[in-house]
Amino acid sequence: MSEEDESMVEQSDNGLGLDFILSLDDVPSKLPPHLELFRTRVLCNNDAPIHTDTIHYSGAYGALGVDNSQQFDRFRENFKVEVKRLTDSDMEFDMIGIDPAIANAFRRILISEVPTMAIERVYIANNTSIVQDEVLSHRLGLIPIRIDPRLFEYPDSAGDDNNEKNTIVFRLHERCRVGQPRITVKSDKLKWLPNGSELPSEDVKPNTSSKPKTFTSFTCSQNSLPEFSSNSLELTDSDIILAKLGPGQEIELEAHAVKGIGRTHAKWSPVATAWYRMLPEVVLLEDFVDEQAEKLVNKCEPNVFDIEDIGKGKRRATVARPRNCTLCRECIRGGKEWEDRISIRRVKHHFIFTIESTGALPPEVLFTEAVKILEDKCERVITEFS
Amino acid sequence: MEYGSSSDPTKSTFSILDEDHTLANTVRFTLNQDPRVSFCGYSIPHPSENRVNIRVQTTGDPASEVLKDACQDLMLMCQHVRGTFDKAVSDFKKQQG
Repeated sequence: MSEEDESMVEQSDNGLGLDFILSLDDVPSKLPPHLELFRTRVLCNNDAPIHTDTIHYSGAYGALGVDNSQQFDRFRENFKVEVKRLTDSDMEFDMIGIDPAIANAFRRILISEVPTMAIERVYIANNTSIVQDEVLSHRLGLIPIRIDPRLFEYPDSAGDDNNEKNTIVFRLHERCRVGQPRITVKSDKLKWLPNGSELPSEDVKPNTSSKPKTFTSFTCSQNSLPEFSSNSLELTDSDIILAKLGPGQEIELEAHAVKGIGRTHAKWSPVATAWYRMLPEVVLLEDFVDEQAEKLVNKCEPNVFDIEDIGKGKRRATVARPRNCTLCRECIRGGKEWEDRISIRRVKHHFIFTIESTGALPPEVLFTEAVKILEDKCERVITEFS
Repeated sequence: MEYGSSSDPTKSTFSILDEDHTLANTVRFTLNQDPRVSFCGYSIPHPSENRVNIRVQTTGDPASEVLKDACQDLMLMCQHVRGTFDKAVSDFKKQQG
């Protein structure tokens, strides 16, 4: 063994392994600042946004000795939710420290997989209005119903067994008498029938005393069910125009609402919209003073910038309301002098999430339901492959 | 349904019915963050068929175990999101009075 070999053996015996290397001063445990910037920000340049991707691969920064794998502890530490606005019908909140893959899953589930109740079948006994049966039925289907869908079951696949657990029945009967002015039929004319359908489903034989078969088979009135006594059943809006009737025209129908999801038809979508945007960040790389500051403030339509006094009669532009930035990039238009002095960015893991509910459930409940649905999906995969 | 070779459990394609980008993209994200994964991706073979194929190749562990761990991670994250969100909402309501 040569002298050189011996020294190498000695080194490894002294325990000078990976730990030793990582403890050296010049080995980074954090990303250098420029890479950290590209990792966490989208830079919205004049020509195009750059660094728009998120880096998922666990070993992406392996050569720098930086671990990019997801650690649940780190996620727990960094994840934050800040509610900005909350009303009965809509909410806005900041979701910080989460990947777009998951934020987008929540958005997709909100739109297409959280269930609601909507009118699915319309039995028209009489319709002499100028609105055709199919158009009227479609309009009825889109009416939002304010009832917690968790109280109901999905209809069975055959669709024969319509009972008090899976169907809500509404009745509409409006007539405009001859000689009267035209009337407008609004959604408040839909009357809930807690005892189920009243229309006979087959020809009524004249001499039978028994009740004719109807389109539903309720075993009891929905009024008597405990879950409805605390939850009133009503339409979100009572002033949706369904049809207009001229003298002598009449509409008589029965509408059956069932549970469904937005993927089947948009009428079951519980949200008007659910969307998110990344938090805007505006950085002035150089100071803008006096007329330049004024020019900058006037350039910005959404009013992102303010002017502050810095003494001695001098004034400087500041970024006061970055959340207002719409990314119009008007401020970096007008040549190099603007482009090189302002940096418009988006924070990649900071989402401004907005949910507008149609009324079936309050928006904050919709979001927790959406998260639960994603959990159920994971559970399904785990059981399927065990 | 899992498609793979019986002799080499480290590479498999998982075919899941009635799922779409919602699940596949999030699972791909958690899989990619797992250091045991050497490759992973997903595809939807036909847009009118409700099916996704998720391909997982690992550095040694069985692919199905790694996929299950990824789902488990995702579930934990969801639970944490739900807890944090509920707390933020109740705090906000309290603050509003």
